[in-house]
Amino acid sequence: MKIILKQVRLINPEQKLDEKNDLLIEDGTIKKVGGLTETDFKSSQVLELENKICSPGFFDMHVHLREPGREDEETVETGSNAAAAGGFTGVACLPNTNPDIDSAEVVRFIKEKSKDHLVDVFPIAAASLGRKGEALSPMYELFEAGAVAFSDDGTVIKNAGMLRNALEYSRNFGTPIIEHCEDESLSDGAMNEGYTSTLLGLAGIPNVAEDIIVMRDIMMVEFIGGKIHIAHISSKNSVELVRQAKKKGIKVTAEATPHHFTLTDESVKTYDTNYKMNPPLRTQEDVDAIRLGLKDGTIDCIASDHAPHAIEEKEMEFIFAPNGILGLETSVGLAITELVQKKILSFALLVEKYAINPRKILNIPVPQIKVGEKANLSIIDPSMIWTVDVSKFKSKSKNSPFDQRLLTGKSIAVINNNKMFYEDKFVTI
Amino acid sequence: MSLSNRHLLGLHGVPKEDIQLILETARTFREVLERPIKKVPTLQGKTIVNLFYENSTRTRISFELAQKRLSADTINFSTSTSSAKKGETFKDTVRNIEAMKVDMIVVRHQSAGVPQYLTRISKANIINAGDGIHEHPTQGLLDMYSIREKFGRLEGLKVCIVGDVAHSRVALSNIFGLKTMGAEVSVCGPATMIPLGIETLGVKVYHRIDEAMAKNEVLNVLRIQLERDAGKRIPSLREYHKFFGITSERIEKHNREIVILHPGPINRGVELSSEVADGPYQVILDQVTNGVAVRMAVLYLLGTMH
Repeated sequence: MKIILKQVRLINPEQKLDEKNDLLIEDGTIKKVGGLTETDFKSSQVLELENKICSPGFFDMHVHLREPGREDEETVETGSNAAAAGGFTGVACLPNTNPDIDSAEVVRFIKEKSKDHLVDVFPIAAASLGRKGEALSPMYELFEAGAVAFSDDGTVIKNAGMLRNALEYSRNFGTPIIEHCEDESLSDGAMNEGYTSTLLGLAGIPNVAEDIIVMRDIMMVEFIGGKIHIAHISSKNSVELVRQAKKKGIKVTAEATPHHFTLTDESVKTYDTNYKMNPPLRTQEDVDAIRLGLKDGTIDCIASDHAPHAIEEKEMEFIFAPNGILGLETSVGLAITELVQKKILSFALLVEKYAINPRKILNIPVPQIKVGEKANLSIIDPSMIWTVDVSKFKSKSKNSPFDQRLLTGKSIAVINNNKMFYEDKFVTI
Repeated sequence: MSLSNRHLLGLHGVPKEDIQLILETARTFREVLERPIKKVPTLQGKTIVNLFYENSTRTRISFELAQKRLSADTINFSTSTSSAKKGETFKDTVRNIEAMKVDMIVVRHQSAGVPQYLTRISKANIINAGDGIHEHPTQGLLDMYSIREKFGRLEGLKVCIVGDVAHSRVALSNIFGLKTMGAEVSVCGPATMIPLGIETLGVKVYHRIDEAMAKNEVLNVLRIQLERDAGKRIPSLREYHKFFGITSERIEKHNREIVILHPGPINRGVELSSEVADGPYQVILDQVTNGVAVRMAVLYLLGTMH
């Protein structure tokens, strides 16, 4: 099958590409960039894409797919569908499943489940067995089976000695350690600690619970090498710590979630548990620091921390409700609304945050928009105004605080693995 | 005259007129409590559920008595295990109770925000009887009633809340209510017990009890709640008593009248010495009596709203 993306703005900063052109895709491969003939147009499905953007496929490197273990909340398939609908062609999934992703069997199980999908799924394996921080996971075996990084996410790597071992051992294959930065002796709370938590009578989690671990991890990488990637950075001081570490040439990277650059802890005022996440929503100062960090390159990428939860578990008393919200299907809209429209990021930088940097961090080749390359593309309508409707989500869960929010910018199609998701359908191309 | 909100979730944002109306109404009911027949037919035919997800003796008894004095039908639902552990969700429990056609729900819960949540899933009037470490509005109201009874006013009075302010629902309700009524509110305790950002509420902070006693006319002394891990925030009860406990020596040193309130139950020898707890300065048992009258007022005003 032949598909033409007509008069689309092609953006890939990796290739210094930013031009309006026609793209011919045949059997999942890019056949022509420009120079299309009348015959091409007659024999292809033509997508009119004036004022739309086409870039290497977007990649969300922080997604909880819940399989194996909580298939009632999400599966590899429904999570991949949500990713495609949200504009992503690849995701990396975190290891806090049941059983944890700490054996090659589970890595292979997830790879097997995702093998026929448009969306590529890359498992991130546990850094320690059972994410308990006591013994190293079989990293070599996990890496060979397809794990692209190691993390105890859901929780921090318990102690500095364990972190050292994980960093040293993972140097063997160049994968990063992804850290959920939280000193648990400081974080026995349900929201950000500050004026709002005092007002609401909820125990708080201070910024410093994150900052201390970011500091520890940076110092450990400086000492022993390896690479650390800071997941869902939320605090102003943590952003500054990463900025200074990068200046010193320490191998640290960082991601931010759409909710941490969009919302503040004031949202918790209604006690709606869809505003409960970990790290918690912080203050406007922190939001501003994250936006600046994204702009100046301190924060490398945007990742959603997509965390599906069953309705009956999320609809609970605030202090008992689990942490986390859905992210895949609102991420791009929030980034365009909050960052591009507000002139914090250009579209070229947006593509870096979504398509290029996450893959570089995980040592995954970045798709190129070139003749002969496999088509792995995201097509975005940057000016479409739409209302979020969780009842239409592909995700199996519904826990989003962004329901009914008006956003600008939406994915209209993704192409990968000889498949296209367009107009709410998967088609083989 | 009626209240501006059909629920009592907290004292944050409750207008002065509402607080005044509750306190005035409570005064009428306080008189009823002195009569030989202490019952009025005001809420006859109304059904009230006391939904207590946390152990409580005095608050529950006080509410129950207030309801009976008003001739309402009362049901008690008490459990100390959370719905999460029990298997039935909180929402399902509430929906079940609501299906039995109740008019008002008095709720106590370990989690802040549960009363707000209830207003979204139930049509009943909701009264917060304490939510986590957030608010306990009827306690705030009965404290204000008791202070006003003693001084004849609240405006301009200097009131200090002493103890584990960070983990107290009584503290916030007092702060919000008293500030609205024009009192000058301060807090006193070791820094581990004072929450971040409390100054933003317009509250002065003391870390020395003698200084607080020199500057205030009323001390509302909170219970050191060992069940809320207070032990992690102070080295020992002995040390707390030595540096923050209210003793008659301390009171006499200041040579002026200081009124002592305490929401109960008292840890004698910790936040109050026995002498003070039984002494001439305290109004602790008046608070208990006033509590019934204030709760009658709240139930009456909400239960008869159209």
